[in-house]
Amino acid sequence: MVPLWMYLVVSAGLFSIGAFGVLSRRNAIAILMGVELMLNASNLNLVAFWRYINPGEINGQVFAAFVFVVAAAEAAVGLALIISIYVKRHTVVAEDVNLLKW
Amino acid sequence: MELTWELVAFLGFAVMTLGSGLMVVTSSNLFHSVLFLMTSLFGVAGLFVLLVAPFLAAIQVLVYIGAIAVLMLFVIMLTRQVMSRPELYNQQMAGALVAAAILFLALLFVLTPLADEIGGDVAQVNAEVIAEADDAPDVDYITVEELGRAFVTRNGFVLPFEVTSILLTAAMIGAIVVAREDEA
Amino acid sequence: MDINWLDANYLPWLIFALPLLSFVVITLFIGRYKMLSGVVAAGAVFVSWLLAWAVFFKTTATEEFGINAYGSSFEWMDLGAAVFRMGVLVDPLTAVMLFMVPLAMLMIFIYSLGYMAAYPHDDPHHTRFSRFFAYLSLFAGAMLTLVVSDNLLLLFMGWEVMGLCSYLLIGFIIERKSAYQAAVKAFMTTRVADVFFLVGIGYLFAETQTLNFREIFWNPAVLERLGNPEETGFIGLSAAAIIGSFIVLGTFGKAAQFPFHGWLPDAMEGPTPVSAMIHAAAMVSAGVFLVVRMFPLLEAGGQVHHGDYTLPLILMGVVGSVTALGAAMLGVAQNDIKRVLAYSTISQLGFMIAALGIGAYIAAAFHLITHAFFKALLFMSSGAVIHAMEHGEHHAHDLGHHDLPHRVQPGEATPWGATYVGPEGDVASDEEWQPHVPDGIQLSFVAVPNDLQFMGGLGKRIPVTKWAMLAGTLSLAGAPLITAGFWSKDEIFADSLLFLTDAEAFDLGAAWLHMLVFTCLVFAATLTAFYSMRMWFLAFTGEPRSIMAEHATLMSGHHSNEHEHDEHQAEDHDHEEHHEHKVAMPWQPDFNFGTWWATYRDSALMQGPLVVLAFFAITAGWVGIHPDFPILRWFTGSTNYYHDFVGETLLEHPETIDFSWIPVLFSFVAFGIGATIAWFLYGREPLKENEQDPMIEVMGQPAWVALQNRLDIDNVWLRIFYMPFEIFARRVVAIGIDKETIDGLLEGIGEVATFIGETFKRFNRVFIDGVGDGIPMLIGLGGNRFRNIQSGRIQQYLLFTALFLIAIGAFFVAQAL
Repeated sequence: MVPLWMYLVVSAGLFSIGAFGVLSRRNAIAILMGVELMLNASNLNLVAFWRYINPGEINGQVFAAFVFVVAAAEAAVGLALIISIYVKRHTVVAEDVNLLKW
Repeated sequence: MELTWELVAFLGFAVMTLGSGLMVVTSSNLFHSVLFLMTSLFGVAGLFVLLVAPFLAAIQVLVYIGAIAVLMLFVIMLTRQVMSRPELYNQQMAGALVAAAILFLALLFVLTPLADEIGGDVAQVNAEVIAEADDAPDVDYITVEELGRAFVTRNGFVLPFEVTSILLTAAMIGAIVVAREDEA
Repeated sequence: MDINWLDANYLPWLIFALPLLSFVVITLFIGRYKMLSGVVAAGAVFVSWLLAWAVFFKTTATEEFGINAYGSSFEWMDLGAAVFRMGVLVDPLTAVMLFMVPLAMLMIFIYSLGYMAAYPHDDPHHTRFSRFFAYLSLFAGAMLTLVVSDNLLLLFMGWEVMGLCSYLLIGFIIERKSAYQAAVKAFMTTRVADVFFLVGIGYLFAETQTLNFREIFWNPAVLERLGNPEETGFIGLSAAAIIGSFIVLGTFGKAAQFPFHGWLPDAMEGPTPVSAMIHAAAMVSAGVFLVVRMFPLLEAGGQVHHGDYTLPLILMGVVGSVTALGAAMLGVAQNDIKRVLAYSTISQLGFMIAALGIGAYIAAAFHLITHAFFKALLFMSSGAVIHAMEHGEHHAHDLGHHDLPHRVQPGEATPWGATYVGPEGDVASDEEWQPHVPDGIQLSFVAVPNDLQFMGGLGKRIPVTKWAMLAGTLSLAGAPLITAGFWSKDEIFADSLLFLTDAEAFDLGAAWLHMLVFTCLVFAATLTAFYSMRMWFLAFTGEPRSIMAEHATLMSGHHSNEHEHDEHQAEDHDHEEHHEHKVAMPWQPDFNFGTWWATYRDSALMQGPLVVLAFFAITAGWVGIHPDFPILRWFTGSTNYYHDFVGETLLEHPETIDFSWIPVLFSFVAFGIGATIAWFLYGREPLKENEQDPMIEVMGQPAWVALQNRLDIDNVWLRIFYMPFEIFARRVVAIGIDKETIDGLLEGIGEVATFIGETFKRFNRVFIDGVGDGIPMLIGLGGNRFRNIQSGRIQQYLLFTALFLIAIGAFFVAQAL
């Protein structure tokens, strides 16, 4: 049987990769992808814990399902924002969207 | 640890997930990034199956791969001409790398039996629980049915369920409003 | 819990909840629909009025109502030592207020519909139509809350909300400087007084652990303890005296008594329905209502009917009578129709306060009710008059008259009105500064449509208003036997003459307060009769004294007919007469409601309430006729309904004093003298255009000017409270500039001061300027360095967040290891 910690390592790795993408990529869509990776890592975490620690309760899966919903909403709004910024300022580079400084 | 089919499958999916994930953030072609994102998400779906969460795996494929990633493809195709500067990363790439690495090590330290061996009180509880969870207990119910019930029973999650539906609606309307080109 | 809301115990909640609800509804939902807002507001008050009258008539049918008062309450807050309950109470005093207040309010609301709609469409009155009704609803709700409250705290809430509403409504036309200054003045003045009131409430609660009226006033033991300086209070005063004095001070602010009276004449800057609301139905009535309500506490520890006065009563008696007389004197010389009424309000409130000061509880409450009716009537009539004059002005403009009288409104003014800016906008600069002879505060400015000098002959133009206003004027003047004002005023006289009519009660020497009150009030009543009749004669009789008065009208038709005017300008001087004939009246066979309404809408909405109120201004006094009054007692059945009813509010019902001819005689004489003089000066031979006011000849120019300038009371205040500070500030700032006004001795001091000043200046330049400039420079440098942190790049922020999270985590790990 696969021990729990292996799942956790995969999830941690996925999370760190996502975080790296969010912090370093220039393209806003790539940033969004990083966010999706991070959300997936947390989902994996939730389900793994549910399965190994407390399979009698359904809560772990329910939470994961809610994360799906939030992720979907976030992706929709985020992409809409990107489109909107693209239409108005003709860029999808996160760095260029820096009106809110000083 | 003996080599079972389950372990093989797990390793396969794990490699698939992490490898594609790495490609997502390193690939210079955004289009490839999305395709790798799909693979990575598919790997996660496989892990869900191994964890006896078939419903979540199905949603993973449907929602993430089927909807979100495809949506991203559309957006990329809409905006792909505008990357004026070809650089992939911003100036803080090194800092981001360090931060991500530290984060990974910290998580590793907290979430694996490693903590137990290094010692200290900090991760003791976690470490014990996690270290003992070598083998998963059997799930004695059909998770899809239970999940469905949990969503619609009063003592379950019906209120959060409805709230998330409102959230979705709001996000949909918001997305339309934000992305629409102004008539004015 | 099962509550029958139509039960008389619970109905009072609905009475005040409805206007508040309409405020919320208008503010949140229907504010953009003007007429709907107005109708909703008026509808809410209408239902409130129905409920209030239902409660009132139920109370009149209840036996021993004083004991079996209606009311309900809920637990509001558990204070540990005591449970504070919020609730409503309908006792006889509340009941009569419930008779008067909602009715007057309903009339004001209906009137407002016409008044506000009659303005042109681009006028602020019209564009803020909904807001006006929202405020008015809040005002009404607060007043009704105050009336039905069963404890001082809820009363205070209504009181404060009303203060806010008065502020909002007086300053309703925010573009006008005088308006918002008047608003600030009203708010600040009443605010100062409110603080006293709040202190009184706090002290009362500390002493009694309750603020419920019944628990305090119907408990002789508590009252006795509060009234006994041995047991409670300090510096030789009982707690009741201290609390009472604070509460009385609060009332002085709200009811505009000397020295807090200044805001009320200015409060007419608000739209006229607001004036009616403030002067009659709500604000000032609330002030008097409070002291009437608190009367058992105010007299605790004394025997007012035996010449043993307590401090709050002395305060009320003296201030009330001084105010009554002083304001009546000022009212004589005012030319602004609303200002005449404002001073009459102050004066009449002085009557009530003074009456309460000598223990005339019933009389004060009675005068409160009658005064509210005739003063609401008078104010709304004056609003109709002003509106008619303004229409006349527009009309005259349309006819090509551009030489209309016009006055430059005083522009820039300090809170004290001390600085004038001339028409060219020139302000005295600092160098030329001289101590002000504060002539700016003399409100010589009278808006032309308000000016009695330009009226005259309006009776022919707006006959309904003329006769309604006559009813109100006679009531204010106290015309004997028929009007409401006569009966209530007479009762006050009767009470103040107790020392003559009831010799056993106390000896003459002890009755100094009674004597003072009586003397002042008789003179004030004479003056009141004079100036109120003067106002009416000037406005309605004789020939028009200006082109505006000639064309005054309340009909709404002629705005839409302006094109027609242009076409027929030459021969169209009597256009309006044609117009009037075109519309058939309801009794004519070809009556068409649509056209009639289009023409007479404002006229009907404004004058209809006048008729209703005129009825009450006459008849409201008939319920309080003395049981032994000759001849009339056959009609009244030897009962003083009002006295018997309201008397039950108190634990010990006040006794009916014996009938005596002396006060009645004085009432007759006061009205007779005042009205006769007015008739000889203004009525017999009405004033002509450009003619001098005959009073100037009678009194002499200086006296007249002094009265018009409010006897310089405001200037005196200015000198005492404002000038020293201004002089101090100016001198210190501008040392040495003003040398020539200082004589030799002072010059020496001045030079020393100059030297010190110079030293300071040098010190200033080197040290303070150095530091002062240095610190911002350093801050600027630092800011330039650090602003790079805020790059606007979200990912940078995220990175910092991540790093700090890691650092914090590392810190905890390190600590645990």
